[in-house]
Amino acid sequence: MATTPPGNLLMTTVDKAASWARTRSMFPATFGLACCAIEMMATGAAHYDLARFGMEVFRASPRQADLMIVAGRVSQKMAPVLRQVYDQMPDPKWVISMGACASSGGMFNNYALVQGVDQIVPVDIYVPGCPPGPQSLMHGILSLHDKIMSGEVAS
Amino acid sequence: MTAEEKTLDIWVAGTEEPEFSPTDEGEQEFSDSESEDRLADQYGRVIDDDYVFDDEVADDERMVVNMGPQHPSTHGVLRLQLEMEGEVIRRTKPIIGYLHTGMEKTAEQLTFSQGPTNVTRMDYLAPLHGELAYSLAVERLLDVEVPPRAAAIRILMTELNRVSSHLVALATNGMDIGALSMMIYGFRERESILAFFEKTTGLRMNHNFIRPGGVAADLPPGWKDDVSAILKDMPERMEQYDDLLRNNPIWLARTEGVGVITAEEATAYSITGPALRATGVDWDIRKAFPYSGIDQYEFDVPVGENGDVYDRYRVRVEEMHESLKIVEQVMDSMPKGDYRVGDRKITPPPRARIDESMEALIHHFKLFTEGFKVPAGETYVAVESPRGELGCYLVSDGNATPYRMHTRAPSFYNLQALPIAMGDSLVADTIATIASMDPVMGDVDR
Repeated sequence: MATTPPGNLLMTTVDKAASWARTRSMFPATFGLACCAIEMMATGAAHYDLARFGMEVFRASPRQADLMIVAGRVSQKMAPVLRQVYDQMPDPKWVISMGACASSGGMFNNYALVQGVDQIVPVDIYVPGCPPGPQSLMHGILSLHDKIMSGEVAS
Repeated sequence: MTAEEKTLDIWVAGTEEPEFSPTDEGEQEFSDSESEDRLADQYGRVIDDDYVFDDEVADDERMVVNMGPQHPSTHGVLRLQLEMEGEVIRRTKPIIGYLHTGMEKTAEQLTFSQGPTNVTRMDYLAPLHGELAYSLAVERLLDVEVPPRAAAIRILMTELNRVSSHLVALATNGMDIGALSMMIYGFRERESILAFFEKTTGLRMNHNFIRPGGVAADLPPGWKDDVSAILKDMPERMEQYDDLLRNNPIWLARTEGVGVITAEEATAYSITGPALRATGVDWDIRKAFPYSGIDQYEFDVPVGENGDVYDRYRVRVEEMHESLKIVEQVMDSMPKGDYRVGDRKITPPPRARIDESMEALIHHFKLFTEGFKVPAGETYVAVESPRGELGCYLVSDGNATPYRMHTRAPSFYNLQALPIAMGDSLVADTIATIASMDPVMGDVDR
């Protein structure tokens, strides 16, 4: 019996293979809230074409999604809904906080807004901007891919 | 001016004795003169939007379906409670507030020059219209007139904004009913307009470009080429949309006779914009109360007939053509001159002047630390946003921040019509109707 397997075979670890699969078919949940949602739609539409990264399929049901892009300001009324949608998503799941409002409350430091969505759900990537352009969002998404590939965030 | 003269006569709730005596809860007395007939005589027909269930329908045929706030076709975070008998919607309850941002309160903390930053985030598909309404209100209180070039730039930008907003309306309307290609096309053309916006204002959205006293910057070099390219491409592209949608039997079946609102209902519910004009009412703020010299340009106000989803779609398409007509006229007749008022108490000095003049430095410092003071008073200014009458009600008590700022958000009023538009319609038509009203939840909830 040969010590090394012959022919066309790739060697990897289970973790790496799983990370590779996860990053190449990452389905975002449709979770548009405000201005950022329009830029998120623009990212998925013709000009910027998120399909290049295997993630043009925005899943309408959180049960089929593994990435939540919190696109916009989160009001106090919306916060429990957001948490419920997050809880409905199957593991492994990731969260991108898109824009200044989702990340920190942005310019609206008042009674109505949650000052940062990380008070409700764990956030993996913060995308700055008001609103972040499609390029910024894509950079955020690709950074998340890198984090997953490097094993920094497992699930 | 003494402090006493500055105070405004503003009524605050609860500070006066009520003139009426409270009656028993739930009991209201109506005299014969206030009968329904008389009310109808005074205010027009009383529109009844609430449905009383038919007792003959079995209980298991009735159900309440909750739609949203997390739903891909609610255009944000609108929540609807639909009471249905089988497939037929009997009653609709829109529940709003999931995007309430407290912007009207925030406006009271921002100076008048910071204000457009706030209002631009309300209706995020028509940010420039929000800025324009706010700036016009501040200018009316200040009693200043912007230079002709500033007014022309404002019209150029807002009309382009109308086109880009209607493109999103078409795109999402198409996507919701299943014409997915329209989504791709709509956003493709929108990008060409956004590219021009980015070049001019520095941002794709939320521009903060139109400010009290003029605009933030002059048009960039070569702007005529960019606008000409948009004007050249758009009619061609819009023909493609017509090929795709106008006579498409599936599109017609999903839109014609769906979500009908009559002219009477539309006026009773204060509906404005394309949703009103689709019912056949010829009402446009640009014609009724012209702003920024829009009355010097020639354009028509397209109206529909039936007030259904299809007519709203047609009105939007026609409006895009009219807006492009205005843009072309503005481009050809762009006046020369300054793009903001010369008053240094309102407009910050040019950057180069700050190094040369102590006065300019002081003005700059004062403007950006405490802002300019606006004489006490109140005003209401409306502009025609892509969704209808976008008004700004502004009260100043003589300080550098507004005492109160209220926005008459067209989406909020148009959304009220959902229950009558969707009454007795099929549940599948819900999405077509919502999309055709083109609500922007940031505009509704603010």
